[in-house]
Amino acid sequence: MTKQPFTGRLHTPLLIALAVILVVVIPLLNSLGIISNFTLGNWGKYLCYGILAISIDLLWGYTGLLCLGQALFFTLGGYMMGMHLMRMIGGDGVPTFLSMVGRTEWPSFFLPFSSFPFALLMMVVVPGMLAYVFGYLAFRSRIKGVYFSILTQALTYGAALLFFRNELLMGGNNGFTDFRTLLGFSLREDSTKRWLYIATALLLVLVVWGCKWLTHSRFGLIQRAIRDSENRVLFSGYATANFKLFIFVISAVIASLAGALFVPQVGIINPSEMDTSKSLEAVVWVALGGRGTIVGPVIGAISVNALKSWASVGATADFWPLMLGGAFVLVVLFMPKGMVGLPAQIQGYITRVSRNKSAAESPSSEPTPEATKP
Amino acid sequence: MIKQFIPSALAAFALTSASVHAEDSVKVGVLHSLSGTMAISETSLRDVLLFTFDEINAAGGVMGKKIEPVVVDGASNWPLFAEKAKQLLDQDKVAVTFGCWTSVSRKSVLPVFEEKKGLLFYPVQYEGEEMSPNIFYTAEAVNQQATPAVDYLMEEGKKKFYLIGSDYVYPQTTNLILLEYLLSKGVPLENIGGGFSKDASGKIISAGKYTPFGHTDYQQIVSEIKQFAASGDACIISTLNGDTNVPFFKEYAAAGLDAESCPVVSFSVSEDEFRGLPASQLVGQLGCWTYFQSIKSPANEKFISNFQAWLAKSDVPGIVKEGRVTCSPMVLSYNGVYLWKAAVEKAGSFEVEKVMAALKGGISFDGPGGTVTSQKNHHLTKNVFIGETKADGQFKILKEFKNVVGEPFLKGTYK
Repeated sequence: MTKQPFTGRLHTPLLIALAVILVVVIPLLNSLGIISNFTLGNWGKYLCYGILAISIDLLWGYTGLLCLGQALFFTLGGYMMGMHLMRMIGGDGVPTFLSMVGRTEWPSFFLPFSSFPFALLMMVVVPGMLAYVFGYLAFRSRIKGVYFSILTQALTYGAALLFFRNELLMGGNNGFTDFRTLLGFSLREDSTKRWLYIATALLLVLVVWGCKWLTHSRFGLIQRAIRDSENRVLFSGYATANFKLFIFVISAVIASLAGALFVPQVGIINPSEMDTSKSLEAVVWVALGGRGTIVGPVIGAISVNALKSWASVGATADFWPLMLGGAFVLVVLFMPKGMVGLPAQIQGYITRVSRNKSAAESPSSEPTPEATKP
Repeated sequence: MIKQFIPSALAAFALTSASVHAEDSVKVGVLHSLSGTMAISETSLRDVLLFTFDEINAAGGVMGKKIEPVVVDGASNWPLFAEKAKQLLDQDKVAVTFGCWTSVSRKSVLPVFEEKKGLLFYPVQYEGEEMSPNIFYTAEAVNQQATPAVDYLMEEGKKKFYLIGSDYVYPQTTNLILLEYLLSKGVPLENIGGGFSKDASGKIISAGKYTPFGHTDYQQIVSEIKQFAASGDACIISTLNGDTNVPFFKEYAAAGLDAESCPVVSFSVSEDEFRGLPASQLVGQLGCWTYFQSIKSPANEKFISNFQAWLAKSDVPGIVKEGRVTCSPMVLSYNGVYLWKAAVEKAGSFEVEKVMAALKGGISFDGPGGTVTSQKNHHLTKNVFIGETKADGQFKILKEFKNVVGEPFLKGTYK
């Protein structure tokens, strides 16, 4: 089993160029006033969704685990950040989400969230532990396929019902809003927003790089082997449950970090973010972009959400769900490898046409071997 | 659908290209959910707003400028509401926005309106405890719905009150205020049903019975209500939301309860909601709003017939033309637009600060529900009506409270 070279098929120069554009060029253009704050804010949101999409791809595209509960981990990360941001509001008394339910003091579990490092730790620990416990029970019991998907969806639904309850003291249906400062910087300042965008773009680049590395390592090979035939891997002496558990926890933490960066940028976190439809929507991004490609899901997430932003205005407002549905059907029918598979698909088509043509003209010419590769 | 879509897309292009040249127009935002779970309620508000803009434009516009609506879809998605609010204020630079239904959507856009110094008119009954410098609440405050309803029931000789609602902020807050109000009126604690939860110090932090959204099993709750109502002088104060009213009223009828023995007054069921409920099962039950379609006044008749005429010839894509009714949130949206127009004309400017100052100075408008007057506290003085449900989904008006002053901060005021 030879380790695949890290460059080669990864199109590294292109990715580096994209990373530089996302992390450096776009914020620079924003500070020069060429890209508006509104556009930058939207991109920050899209990139968060992109990271969420990668976490799904890691499970679905590479390990064959269709998790319909990634929005839960995303939202949990968001809530951890939200708790920190609520503690940072200051002022007299308690925020309205507590005074609404008759509380005049902070519940004790909120108090340590005044510390940002603690909140950061919780963003990793809470979703990580939940994924570990849930994954441990599910994978030990050899739950897979559609049963795993249904269980993750049920978990998300249960959590959403729990968070809707006002007794949980997490803001109920309204959740947390009206954030003021993060690490001492006002969230209303343009520069703070720009830094949040840069942090998101950096995290995205790191996650893409890390996942590329992971999926091309020996671990990644076993991951894909589990996807293609779990029993054979099991009989070869690998404890597949542990491998799956590891990847489940990793992707939960990735989703959680994306959620944590999402919240200060959009300014609200509430239980409707862990609605089952949100998890499903994220799966659609992955399918549209091209699963099992790391970059494809990011492209899928960005394009669907950009389309949503563009189309939910004016006369098209009534029709954008129709557009989204139409795009999804088109991709499933005609682009089985998603959007990132399209160039290869077109190339393949051109080669086939030209081959037929040249075959008709001079039967001796050879087909190019690269173009037939998927 | 596609056939409908192509002309509308063409119309969209035509609209955008036409608007480039429109120097003498003012952009106004419409921020409602046109898709998702809230679309059924909020689309009506979009429709009535577009109707109002057309009506004002036909009469010469606002300070000689035509209103140019910018309609965006919040899609029942709260982060998207915030994004759309940013877009309206940053990109489109609207002078004012009319929008939001749920409290969570308002909470989501509030920081955006405050940061970017925008102006939002909010038209739907809510829990209060809020007064943003950038929001004007044409909505019913708790004392323009819940407390007048209790006054009416007391006059009718009711002595016991059962509180039930969906579990979110509006019912929770309303019931806490009602608890204080009932106690201040001398109703003993044991005559207030639904249960209480207390904090460690014994202070009541929640009053009433709460069920989640979409709850269907009301058997146990109704049997509890039946026991509570055995004395014959009880009533039910309901803040149950949307669909859950169907199983609740079914169970209520099955238990042998009726409007005679134990009436239900609902604060979240208006004429528009009746389009989705079996109205015949709710006959005789009570509602309380600051507007009913059945109000007999020239202003209301004119409003209804103009709206229906506008609907009939409307070319808004996907608009529902059949079986449309008018209800309080729609009229409060309509009033909001006219109040804004009057405030702009009084201030002589579209600037948010000056318009808000004019509104705070007190502006009156003779709306379909009678005269409304803007107050210093960003709320309205308006008439409150108690109505009884009829089989056709309309209300028979039983009582009117004149000029009730909207008050957002009520907790701790009734002693």
